[in-house]
Amino acid sequence: MSTRHVIIIGSGPAGLTSAIYTARANLSPLIIEGEPSSTSDQPGGQLMLTTEVENFPGFPEGIQGPELMFNFRAQAERFGAEFITAKVTAVDFSERPFRVSVGSDEYFADSIIVSTGAQSLMLGLDSEARLLGHGLSTCATCDGFFFRGHDIAVVGGGDSALEEATFLTKFASTVTLIHRRDTLRASKIMQERAFDNPKMAFVWDSQVTDLVGEHKLEGAVVQNLKTGETTTLAVTGLFVAIGHSPNTNLFTGILDMDDAGYLVTRPGSSYTNIDGVFACGDVQDHTYRQAITAAGSGCMAAIDCERWLEANPLSSPPTAAHAGNDTSIAVVGTSSV
Amino acid sequence: MAEGIVTLTAATFDEVINAATKPVVVDFWAEWCGPCKAIAPLLSEVAKERADEITIAKLNIDEHPDLALRFNVMSIPTLLVFNEGTVQKRIVGAKPKAALLSELSEFLGAAH
Repeated sequence: MSTRHVIIIGSGPAGLTSAIYTARANLSPLIIEGEPSSTSDQPGGQLMLTTEVENFPGFPEGIQGPELMFNFRAQAERFGAEFITAKVTAVDFSERPFRVSVGSDEYFADSIIVSTGAQSLMLGLDSEARLLGHGLSTCATCDGFFFRGHDIAVVGGGDSALEEATFLTKFASTVTLIHRRDTLRASKIMQERAFDNPKMAFVWDSQVTDLVGEHKLEGAVVQNLKTGETTTLAVTGLFVAIGHSPNTNLFTGILDMDDAGYLVTRPGSSYTNIDGVFACGDVQDHTYRQAITAAGSGCMAAIDCERWLEANPLSSPPTAAHAGNDTSIAVVGTSSV
Repeated sequence: MAEGIVTLTAATFDEVINAATKPVVVDFWAEWCGPCKAIAPLLSEVAKERADEITIAKLNIDEHPDLALRFNVMSIPTLLVFNEGTVQKRIVGAKPKAALLSELSEFLGAAH
């Protein structure tokens, strides 16, 4: 099997930016982009579940999240990046070339870029599985349409929660935001939009402890964290935006992580604890978590990777037999692994 | 529309489902749904590879919301498998091809 220059694991803004840069550097990256799903753990990552992206520079009128990601991918493909639509199942970074497995298929590369991103947390209730697709949704942009004239709720208090809630007011009669504190974490502009929206209501200091309904969602059991009092909010739709967890299970015991499971990179760079393995995007960032910062760190990883490969020549230089498919960079990055 | 995939409308839905001689997988989708777009190429592949065993059809819920309501579709993509005119299976959410084929396995090979 031939050894590629780089394999990129994951295909959100970070992974695809590193793909564009490594492809333009003639490193013929292979991107293992993840698999279709209805959560943010899918090719393209979290932006695949968003509507209008208003803060990505270069799009003064805004752009749809999925469209932005299709553009990123097309740009990488234009420079020869190769894609596999699958999830990485195991990695072996103990020696070069590094090994990346997708089931029984194995891929080898002299360097790796990890950009597996983060995925949305769910509530962790037993009733979630039963009601998923029957009122409980992981994708406001997909499913908002079905709640025209309904009373629904969104759980969470950050930008994602407010963005979803504001979007859902286009369809629903009322959208109740359930948040465990009495103030919001979201940006000022999102807060103002939400507070000014006559369809929005707020339930503070509360969490959802159970869902009501056998075949269709009928309500959410809400507990006030200060008083302990429990009430049932009659809603037929529920959307959850309570935060994210990094997609790093693959790298447990291999790459250094912080207490929350995010990969640790050397400050000001994309270097991980293993030489030749780089990390970028939300998988190593729980501070900024923006499309533009992910893209920026993807560019850093590509440049770090390119320079590192120059300084640490190929373990198995491409031979004539390998010509044409001697990609030795693997980018692992999307929001899912 | 992709080759081998039947586009359903409110006018043709019942006719196509009732006249079918093999299982029909109806993909309830919409233009704004990212996961729907992600599985579209997979469904085209399945339509081509399994044309003898099943029919793949698409229904745009934005254009035909009444049909989504009639079949209690509240999340897209949803795939409903019809056989002999009735719903035999409901698959909610985008899935990779292997998972999709495994969900459809009970309907594949029926024609043989």
